[in-house]
Amino acid sequence: MLLRLALASLRARALTVSMAVLTIALSVLLLLGIENIRTGTRASFADTISNTDLIVGARSGSVQLLLYTVFRIGNATNNVTWESYREIADRPEVDWIVPISLGDSHHQFRVMGTTPAFFDHYKYRGGRALAARSGNTALGDLYDTVIGTDVAETLGYQTGDEIIISHGIASFYEHEDRPFRVAGILEKTGTPIDRTVIVTLEAIEAIHVDWSSGARIPGRSTSEEEIRRMDLTPEAITAAMIGTTSRLEIFQLQRWINEYRGEPLLAVMPGLALQELWQIVGLAETALLGVSAMVVVTALAGLVAMTFSGLNERRREMAILRAMGARPATIVGLLIFEATLIATAAVLLGLALTYAALVTGRGWVDEQYGLWLTIAPPGGVEIAVMVTIVLAAAVASLLPAWRAYRMSLADGMIVRI
Amino acid sequence: MTGPVLEIVDLCFRWPHQAGRGLVIPELHVGRNEKVLLFGPSGSGKTTLLSLIGGIVSPQKGTLRVAGTDLSELSARYRDRYRAENVGIIFQQFNLLPYAKVSDNIALPLRFAPERRARVPNVETAIRDLCASLALPEGIEDQPAHRLSVGQQQRVAVARALIGTPALVLADEPTSALDANSQARFLDLLFGQVTQAGSALIMVSHDERLARLFDEVIRIEDIVPGTQENPCS
Repeated sequence: MLLRLALASLRARALTVSMAVLTIALSVLLLLGIENIRTGTRASFADTISNTDLIVGARSGSVQLLLYTVFRIGNATNNVTWESYREIADRPEVDWIVPISLGDSHHQFRVMGTTPAFFDHYKYRGGRALAARSGNTALGDLYDTVIGTDVAETLGYQTGDEIIISHGIASFYEHEDRPFRVAGILEKTGTPIDRTVIVTLEAIEAIHVDWSSGARIPGRSTSEEEIRRMDLTPEAITAAMIGTTSRLEIFQLQRWINEYRGEPLLAVMPGLALQELWQIVGLAETALLGVSAMVVVTALAGLVAMTFSGLNERRREMAILRAMGARPATIVGLLIFEATLIATAAVLLGLALTYAALVTGRGWVDEQYGLWLTIAPPGGVEIAVMVTIVLAAAVASLLPAWRAYRMSLADGMIVRI
Repeated sequence: MTGPVLEIVDLCFRWPHQAGRGLVIPELHVGRNEKVLLFGPSGSGKTTLLSLIGGIVSPQKGTLRVAGTDLSELSARYRDRYRAENVGIIFQQFNLLPYAKVSDNIALPLRFAPERRARVPNVETAIRDLCASLALPEGIEDQPAHRLSVGQQQRVAVARALIGTPALVLADEPTSALDANSQARFLDLLFGQVTQAGSALIMVSHDERLARLFDEVIRIEDIVPGTQENPCS
């Protein structure tokens, strides 16, 4: 019966109560949303590269190497000479090695020179291979290119279109005399590959014939036939991805590369470099989570404020309950129950809103940021967060409950409104 | 049970945290089944006395015996229980939980009083009978209390005070919110029901005209010796 009365009392104050529920629900949405994006980002980053044991580049930071080779963020400070590359490729530990050459761009997209073997060995999201949704990935001709799905969609390319590749990143000089042909368009992967134009290493060399230090050498123009006859082996590459014959040999190979005497090189394991990246990003994440936790605290403070301001109006209600024989503890219990009920409803609403936002927004987020948010039942963290919020609401309601207790003792039967 | 329903000897009470406000009563007796009018001007301590008798507050000194139980010997918890079991209370106005149904309002004291609840074999029937004898319209039990007129609310309060026939009914100026006609009718119904239930009635009022209806009239000035500057000292 008391339960029924408490519910009826809440219903009588439906407007204020629903505002409190909404406030807390929105703060829960913010908290769970950020947590979801955080884990989504991590999973997405971790999904970007798999089955690659080592990444080799010029010596710099391991995070930097990972960022520019895999995520196309930032630039290489230096190159790896072809000799070094060959020497590493000849090591017995190396099962496969794929060179990568970066530095050119096509509109806002990066151009990556590599070998057709890239499509055999590059794996994402737990071992999935790249596949063409139209055309093929053979890179059979010198001027063939395979483009990511975002490139195709943004620029409206079809298989067979001809495109011009510029030298450098965000450059005004276009290598206009040598158009490439779109030979294949890849399926969506949710990785930076979607935003990459892939050509052969030789093609990267080819477009730089007649160019020096980023500028065209005046008066020189080599014909396409001549270029096709030239030796287009590159002098240097940006980085290389390596798979070892056995996981046990990763460390041995890594040490060998890091101690390589020919030039300063760095070999990193993608997983470990990611861990290092998380340590940096973790700081920002913690700040973000801290802010959203503060929003939850603010919402709970709002609930306490609402209960406090309601107490005076409800003095009569409490005096009646007391006169009928309710103990002060019953009054306190009712207020705590009320706060717990409000918080529970709010948390569940917040959870529902989070899922609704995920369902409606995930397509857009994927499109805009290449981030595929997973929709899974609430995990341990989410449940812990929600339980904590409900408990915090119950504890916070002790303040107004204590005041109601004092009031009900002091008022006796005197309250007259 | 025999003996007086209310017995006060050398009682002294002071509100906590409110310097100077309090009550000193050397002696007061109310017999069983008596209807007593407690009469006095506003601010003379009538409501404080009702709070004491109801066991909502506890005296600092003296004896306060209601229906044979010495309240000053009970812990706060048992005083609340005692009140639920033995006392029906009618306020001046705003008696009811406005959001709750009339039937829930009437049944409310039974929730805190198992013995009193045991005296009511069928709560629904009891509520319907009480409403009918208090001339409340049929089907009112399912209405939310805030829909009722003031007069109806006061009569529902009587039903609530009498359900399970407590030994004592306390009424704090229950007619002050009613017009003259309704007052008379209300008192008729109240007295009828109290008599039928066999309860004693202590009613507080500042309206002297009501005196003739009661077995006994106690002037608060007669039992409280003057205004106490600092009671219980």
